[in-house]
Amino acid sequence: MLGLNKRDTTLLIAVAILTLFAPFILNPFPEGSAMAQFNAGYPDLMQRFVIFGIFAVGFNILFGLTGYLSFGHAAFLGVGSYSAVWMFKLLSMNVLPAIILAVIVSGMFAVVIGYISLRRSGIYFSILTLAFAQMSFALAYSVLTPITNGETGLQVYNDDPQYLMGPDSPTATNLFGLEMRSTYTLDIGHWSFDFNAGYYMCALIMLIAVYLSIRIFRSPFGLMLKAVKSNQQRMNYTGLNTRPYTLAAFVISGMYAGLAGGLMASMDPLAGAERMQWTASGEVVLMTILGGAGTLIGPILGAGFIKYFENIFSKINDTVLHQWFAFLPDGLEDFMVFIVHPFIGKGWHLTLGLLFMMVVIFLPGGLVEGGQRISAWIRRRNTDDAEKANGKTKPAE
Amino acid sequence: MSKSNFTRRGVLRTGAASGAGLALPTIFTASSASAFTNNPTGSSVTLGFNVPQTGPYADEGLDELRAYELAVEHLNGKGDGGCLNTFSSKALDGTGILGKEVKFVTGDTQTKSDAARASAKSMIEKDGAIMITGGSSSGVAVAVQGLCQEAGVIFMAGLTHSNDTTGKDKKANGFRHFFDAYMSGAALAPVLEKVLGADRKAYHLTADYTWGWTQQESIQAATEAVGWETVNNVLTPLAQTDFSSYIAPVLNSGADVLVLNHYGGNMVNSLTNAVQFGLRDKMANGKQFEIVVPLYSELMAKGAGANIQGILGSTNWSWTLQDEGTKAFVKSFGTKYGFPPSNAAQTCYAQALLYADAVQRAGSFNPCAVVEALEGDSSSLPGIDSPSNSGFVFDGLGNGPTLYRSADHQCFKDVLVMRGKENPTNEYDLLEVVEITPTAQVWYEPDHPMFAGGQLGECNPGA
Amino acid sequence: MDAIILQILNGLDKGSAYALIALGLTLIFGTLGVVNFAHGALFMIGAFCAVTLNKILTISYITIDETRTDFLGNPLKVENTYIERWFGPEIGSAIIDWSVPLAILFSIPIMVAIGFIMERGLIKHFYRRDHADQILVTFGLAIVLQEIIKYFYGANPIPTPAPEVFRGSFDFGMLLGFDPNVIIYPYWRLVYFSFSALIIGAVFAFLQFTTFGMVVRAGMADRETVGLLGINIDRRFTIMFGIAAAVAGMAGVMYAPINSPNYHMGMDFLVLSFVVVVVGGMGSLPGAVLAGFLLGILESFASMNEVKTLLPGIDQIIIYLVAIIILLTRPRGLMGRKGVMEE
Repeated sequence: MLGLNKRDTTLLIAVAILTLFAPFILNPFPEGSAMAQFNAGYPDLMQRFVIFGIFAVGFNILFGLTGYLSFGHAAFLGVGSYSAVWMFKLLSMNVLPAIILAVIVSGMFAVVIGYISLRRSGIYFSILTLAFAQMSFALAYSVLTPITNGETGLQVYNDDPQYLMGPDSPTATNLFGLEMRSTYTLDIGHWSFDFNAGYYMCALIMLIAVYLSIRIFRSPFGLMLKAVKSNQQRMNYTGLNTRPYTLAAFVISGMYAGLAGGLMASMDPLAGAERMQWTASGEVVLMTILGGAGTLIGPILGAGFIKYFENIFSKINDTVLHQWFAFLPDGLEDFMVFIVHPFIGKGWHLTLGLLFMMVVIFLPGGLVEGGQRISAWIRRRNTDDAEKANGKTKPAE
Repeated sequence: MSKSNFTRRGVLRTGAASGAGLALPTIFTASSASAFTNNPTGSSVTLGFNVPQTGPYADEGLDELRAYELAVEHLNGKGDGGCLNTFSSKALDGTGILGKEVKFVTGDTQTKSDAARASAKSMIEKDGAIMITGGSSSGVAVAVQGLCQEAGVIFMAGLTHSNDTTGKDKKANGFRHFFDAYMSGAALAPVLEKVLGADRKAYHLTADYTWGWTQQESIQAATEAVGWETVNNVLTPLAQTDFSSYIAPVLNSGADVLVLNHYGGNMVNSLTNAVQFGLRDKMANGKQFEIVVPLYSELMAKGAGANIQGILGSTNWSWTLQDEGTKAFVKSFGTKYGFPPSNAAQTCYAQALLYADAVQRAGSFNPCAVVEALEGDSSSLPGIDSPSNSGFVFDGLGNGPTLYRSADHQCFKDVLVMRGKENPTNEYDLLEVVEITPTAQVWYEPDHPMFAGGQLGECNPGA
Repeated sequence: MDAIILQILNGLDKGSAYALIALGLTLIFGTLGVVNFAHGALFMIGAFCAVTLNKILTISYITIDETRTDFLGNPLKVENTYIERWFGPEIGSAIIDWSVPLAILFSIPIMVAIGFIMERGLIKHFYRRDHADQILVTFGLAIVLQEIIKYFYGANPIPTPAPEVFRGSFDFGMLLGFDPNVIIYPYWRLVYFSFSALIIGAVFAFLQFTTFGMVVRAGMADRETVGLLGINIDRRFTIMFGIAAAVAGMAGVMYAPINSPNYHMGMDFLVLSFVVVVVGGMGSLPGAVLAGFLLGILESFASMNEVKTLLPGIDQIIIYLVAIIILLTRPRGLMGRKGVMEE
């Protein structure tokens, strides 16, 4: 289907189903129950899942295929956000021009940075990209405040020109009138599920992004990039100039980042300079490695994993803990709260750090590897069961 | 629609019209029946406490959180009632807000505008918070205030000192109890003149972002008004940790006062470095060299240790004050946690009570009704002759008589000029009050050039 | 002229901090081939060794002073340190005063132990893994170490003053014939600079003049061949890791009085020290030291008012700008060797 082989089609369909039903999947616990704390099915976080998914998928096109580790990818995300917000300020709150401009501007930015940085490889390349991103961040925070609004972040003000804004155009970000924040809430019994317009737009764009990424992975161009990863020197000796290929990969992945930035601004029209800081660049690197670099679905999983911890674990406080353990006798309750306390709320970084280490120690290929192991285990068990049912084992071949 | 109308603009508009038809019924998570976002329908009401829990301001965030938990306790009628007993408005009776038990959710701003907004959004969308409060920097405050305005909930700012929060970025749904950079300047300048003399030359080191600039501008204007001269203003990068290369040239610049427009870790480091360079033992222009830190906080004082001794600055409040409100608050905070509260904690505690009181007086959680209640009955502070001296006047929360000014949602109250104590008795007793500057002296008009440019706009109830 | 001399002093001082951290980082890079994102955390732990020793020395017993009251109106609890009780007030307070230099001795065994545990328990298993995996695991470790420190010490910086005699500043200008107070420089920063020079010299001498160092250098150049010669290179690498940790730790201890330590100071230095290492060239110890001092001095010059008025904001980006220029003109940094971390 769509020029994909059977496995990739299955993968794409699986992703499509997951994103379509995310509001259900992410809200498994009834409202008001003690476990509701772990529900992630509210619009903002769902949007973040798919937007950072796009970001990580794009990063993976560069890192997973070519092995070039960019440590400054957040710069493109930031540039995308700034361009999008500027479109809101100058034209109207329609997200389409904003997203398009975000992709174009970040693409141009990526051409410049990529052209310079790709003259070096390995860690020298990483530091060059890091340097560019850190310069962008430092300048956006201070000297470039007229363009970026510095510390506060660029936002839309009532007195902005907004030339395309009609008298009754919506003042919230919208796609031809469909407001990104509009949400339909479905209540079933004690459960409540949010269906948010912005989320579904982002999800659709993510599906397209994943589709394109699969096509790139499977194309001759993708093969060429993999060849660069395995041995660039040999490629050069064959008389082939690899630079245009790597530059193309760099620009494509920069545009993915810009797209993610544009979408972030479209969901919430504010662009902060912190989006460009090295920690943000590091985050996408971590997402990709955590999920499984070079795999198609891994980066999305990694993105979801990190964003989940950031948004859910940081909100658990001692009061919530006491609720959870309220069924225990008093002394035991306090003891459990005492044990769990360092890992939640202000300690969510600790949990994340520990999980990074566990994943990389026990699942060398990232979360995807974990998934494969589980599915292999289930398959093995099933065949075992089947064999037992048959009552005899097949003779060795 | 006729075909001739298909101009670019027309297309957009028809697109908008048909889109509006498709648009789904509700906005944010409000159930479509209620008139405003997150109308609490059950037996409890949820407030969102959005404070930094990771990053350099984590300890300050923690102190804010302590204050909020105390406020919730008092609102629900537990503990000793704290400032409910001293608050001039008697609407609150310790039975929650409008009879609903107060519950809260907490989040981590990470002192980043993005993360703060994400956290606030999750409180609004997931937890049904009706009000968001907290924060420890102006960038975050402005960003979250903007979000609350769009979402239709009330924002009660925590620690934010930039002029912009109630200046060019003011919003109808946002309120600030903390003081601002202009007030710091206005309060400090006369004391500086009195203590250090009118003939001084100042050298400013300023954190290179919006808050730093507004504070520097305010202090420069106020000190120049009393006769000081500004020799230089040097912007320092936010990420800077070692300020030696900025401080080394100061002694040779002809200045005899160093003004550090830094906050948090920046301030601790720049002050430590300045003292290391021995600036305070030197003479310049025949006078003792002095250092001024316009915005003090207890935690910064703790971080800078002995370096703050004798250094002048300003704060919003201090636990050493002797009025009834302060005594009540310090007593319940100290009894519960074992140490006195910081001025960040106090502003957060006051904001939580002020919000609850406004809801109680309005008789509704509707943000527009709350805004109206906080804007008050056009009462005014005595001794200030100005048409903008109008809003909600209250007392008994620790700062003396205070006006929530309706024109820009900024509180006006006395400002404290503080000095680092020479012989602190313990690690909390680091600052002493030099002067309580009366409100009239820090008063400014809403259209003051440093605050001009923004509009409150309309209150937004969401939904 | 005086301004330039001042900024050179500043640059040397900053540079010595960068050089010390970069030196440890390069030792690990070069010998073990591991990208250690937890190196900044080691620096931070070093600084907290100073804080901890200070806390230990000031462990107190409480006496109640009935004549005074605390802020709640209860009788004031006065804290008295055991050290002063045991050694008498004078010697006791002198010991507390000298807690930072004493912490050097305190930190070495701790840092070496942490280094050994890290290498044997974790890093060892990552020698043959991707650099990406190394980054993830060491970054995770850095976060964990940082959060542990935060759990015990909070997020606020903790003042850790230098001994009384080193407070204040030295008038350099007088030596050079300038007027008094023209070029002054804090004593402790001079101590820091000399200390760094000493450590850097010691590490180089160790690698240059001992058999152990020779083997390690050989291992850096060609690990496999050295292994084939029947030399147990693994044990030596463990020791190298311990040394690198100790260098980072001592740099941290001595840095504590310059800026009050806080739990994320390691992260603040991490990125910068990576830039320093790479600008110096992968696998080159002299390169790392040279780059440290070069970037320190250039950073100081960029923060001069004259330069800033000409190019606003230059001090924000100078390090990165210089890194880009150097890496574009010299493909492997200042003194990098071919083939190290280039693929």
